[in-house]
Amino acid sequence: MPTFVYMTRCDGCGHCVDICPSDIMHIDETYRRAYNIEPNMCWECYSCVKACPQHAIDVRGYADFAPLGHSVRVDRDEQKGTIAWRIKFRDGTEKNFLSPITTKPWGTAIPKLAEVPAPSNEQRDSQLLYNEPKWIRMDDGALRTLKDAGLKLKKGVYY
Amino acid sequence: MGTKTIVEEGIDVLVVGAGLGGTGAAWEARFWGQKKKIVIAEKANIDRSGAVAQGLYAINCYMGTRWGENNPEDHVQYARIDLMGLVREDLLFDMARHVDSTVHQFEEWGLPIMKDPKTGRYLREGRWQIMIHGESYKPIVAEAAKKSADKVFNRICVTHLLMDESKPNRVAGAVGFNVRTGNYHVFKSKAVICGAGGASNIFKPRSTGEGAGRTWYAPWSSASAYGLMINAGAKMTQMENRIVLARFKDGYGPVGAYFLHLKTYTQNALGEEYESKWFPALQKMVGKEYLDPEVSHLTHRPIPTCLRNHCIIQEVAAGRGPIHMVTMHAFQDPHLEEVGWENFLGMTVGQAVLWAATDVDPKNENPELTTSEPYVMGSHATCSGAWCSGPEDVSPPEYFWGYNRMTTIEGLFGAGDAVGGTPHAFSSGSFTEGRLAAKAACKYIDDGKAEGIVVSAAQIERRRKEIYKPLEHYRIYRNAVVAGSVNPHYINPQQGLDRLQKLMDEYCGGYTVGYMTNEKLLNICLKKLKIMEEDLESVAAKDLHELLRAWELKHRHRAAECVTQHTLFRKETRWPGYYYRGDVMKVDDENWHVLTVSRRDPETGEYTMEKAPCYHLVADTEVTEPKAEARVEHH
Repeated sequence: MPTFVYMTRCDGCGHCVDICPSDIMHIDETYRRAYNIEPNMCWECYSCVKACPQHAIDVRGYADFAPLGHSVRVDRDEQKGTIAWRIKFRDGTEKNFLSPITTKPWGTAIPKLAEVPAPSNEQRDSQLLYNEPKWIRMDDGALRTLKDAGLKLKKGVYY
Repeated sequence: MGTKTIVEEGIDVLVVGAGLGGTGAAWEARFWGQKKKIVIAEKANIDRSGAVAQGLYAINCYMGTRWGENNPEDHVQYARIDLMGLVREDLLFDMARHVDSTVHQFEEWGLPIMKDPKTGRYLREGRWQIMIHGESYKPIVAEAAKKSADKVFNRICVTHLLMDESKPNRVAGAVGFNVRTGNYHVFKSKAVICGAGGASNIFKPRSTGEGAGRTWYAPWSSASAYGLMINAGAKMTQMENRIVLARFKDGYGPVGAYFLHLKTYTQNALGEEYESKWFPALQKMVGKEYLDPEVSHLTHRPIPTCLRNHCIIQEVAAGRGPIHMVTMHAFQDPHLEEVGWENFLGMTVGQAVLWAATDVDPKNENPELTTSEPYVMGSHATCSGAWCSGPEDVSPPEYFWGYNRMTTIEGLFGAGDAVGGTPHAFSSGSFTEGRLAAKAACKYIDDGKAEGIVVSAAQIERRRKEIYKPLEHYRIYRNAVVAGSVNPHYINPQQGLDRLQKLMDEYCGGYTVGYMTNEKLLNICLKKLKIMEEDLESVAAKDLHELLRAWELKHRHRAAECVTQHTLFRKETRWPGYYYRGDVMKVDDENWHVLTVSRRDPETGEYTMEKAPCYHLVADTEVTEPKAEARVEHH
């Protein structure tokens, strides 16, 4: 299918339409619920599945090679900072996995670069990027140059 | 349909495409241009767009210099070996010396990076890769970009770059349309950083029904990086260097962690190791400089990825397929089993879905591997893209024209897939390239290089007409037939894509012909692409979604043409296993130890091809002529 939407769960909120990277989750005008308009452009990336507040979206593997009778469900919890997966095989076997998705509350650890001290002219004229050189080696080492490395660039011998 | 024109004026830095390259650019631009106007135009939604939309389980480019693991030059040497000698070593060295600061910041922002409990260092998957819990990798970097940008325009399909009319060959912004409202968007900008994507779906995919969506690279990577830049007249490099991936069959699940961390290995249908038996003949094709199994064995020098593909292709052709990944030993360890599954769930959920559907438990059976259709991109283990300037303190004169990561069009910079000659950048390297491009773009503006840009109303109007033509065309001709998709006046975007894939596959070395092409086939390919270009004037879109697909098709078509031109120009088989020139089946260092560079004249559509020198990093004490494959001593 690959993603599909359960009729009785979808309330037409459009979160999946907003997030789909492939622009293939659209609202059906008759039912006012979402559906996948172009399965052969669906990557099974699960962005819409994760975004759906109703858990209305699921995936049925590609018909070209995936037999029926399986499921891979997901629950992404931003508050807890976790993602939980449940894999059900065709033969009924079940596997569960839980992983962290972030170590910090969303966005809190990202500085606003408009508010940090402006770069000096010396920094502008150097090869350094923001937070460098400190953040490269986390010590007092400098940015690597060809000279430090004892190297030069030489034209390929066959040219 | 009635569309409004929405003009965004006075932009300093416009970022086109907000994948890992674009988010890096937007983020860093704010530091060097605290008062500058920074705007992002993204085709989808920045929170889940680009190749990392579904997450990643590893960061494939991390030096670990802080722990003495690798130096930047080590990575350059590795990339050089993997790409059969031909890379932009200045750009690679530059990316590698900065990439660790990018990764350390990711950790600071909340990206969970796995640690080795014994050493406290990042957990290594392989020499260059570290393992992460990266389901939210993209939302995290998107957050950083959003904090830096003045405005983020989601759902804007950028179709063309605007060009300055006061000074030739200078960029002036971009135009596109809103996929939701249909509005025409004009971005007038002093500098543009192209962070758009490389290409899936140029060659016929192995699954052609619903399963066509399960490509290795994202189906929304529509060659826009190349379509935009080639059409504007930027020089391109290494476009012939398409990549073929050996992956788990049908699901295209990644194999890196399996090979490196789980220590799995491959065998043929008879349970035999098969690679080494192809090496003697392969060595005759490529030469000892590029394949020396003995040296590889002694020094852990990697065997180039394309050559390993070649062995799979040969073994299957010899009737001893399928190739299996031997997982049954590794998966007995519950920890490794968990890693194996989470690896898919973090970045290729479709593979987990497939194994669940087919009851494949790698504990009990060894899954199949196969080689994919070819892809054209520049951030994974391959290096198609624009011919860009390197950094001042590294690059030789032929590689330097003032601003790091600037293309041959003034004010147009690249990052990620857009930059040619820089393989093995991956996610962290692409973000780093975006940062480098952003600093250079701000400097370009501060140096007064973007003064006096003129964009006429005529140019803007001409592009508007061009953009909406497919909708117009549909409206005019749809009632010429009763119903259905067959119409003598037009093709729809899917029909066009099918045609592109069929001809690229058959004439330019896709999987159905064993990746084989030759001069004659390539010339036929160019002829058919030319005719197809005429038909693209008659592509019809019934709605905005199809209009998006129409422009993706046009970008893919342009990239495909460039790939074909480059493949024709390089008269050798440099990367067996990626593609073969049947008429010149050997590596020919004497004539082709060079980078290929093309330019398409935007006015005439003619291509000019040239060879550019390939510079290698060598020890500065070296006085004798280096071999083609110069070795760098480890420090």
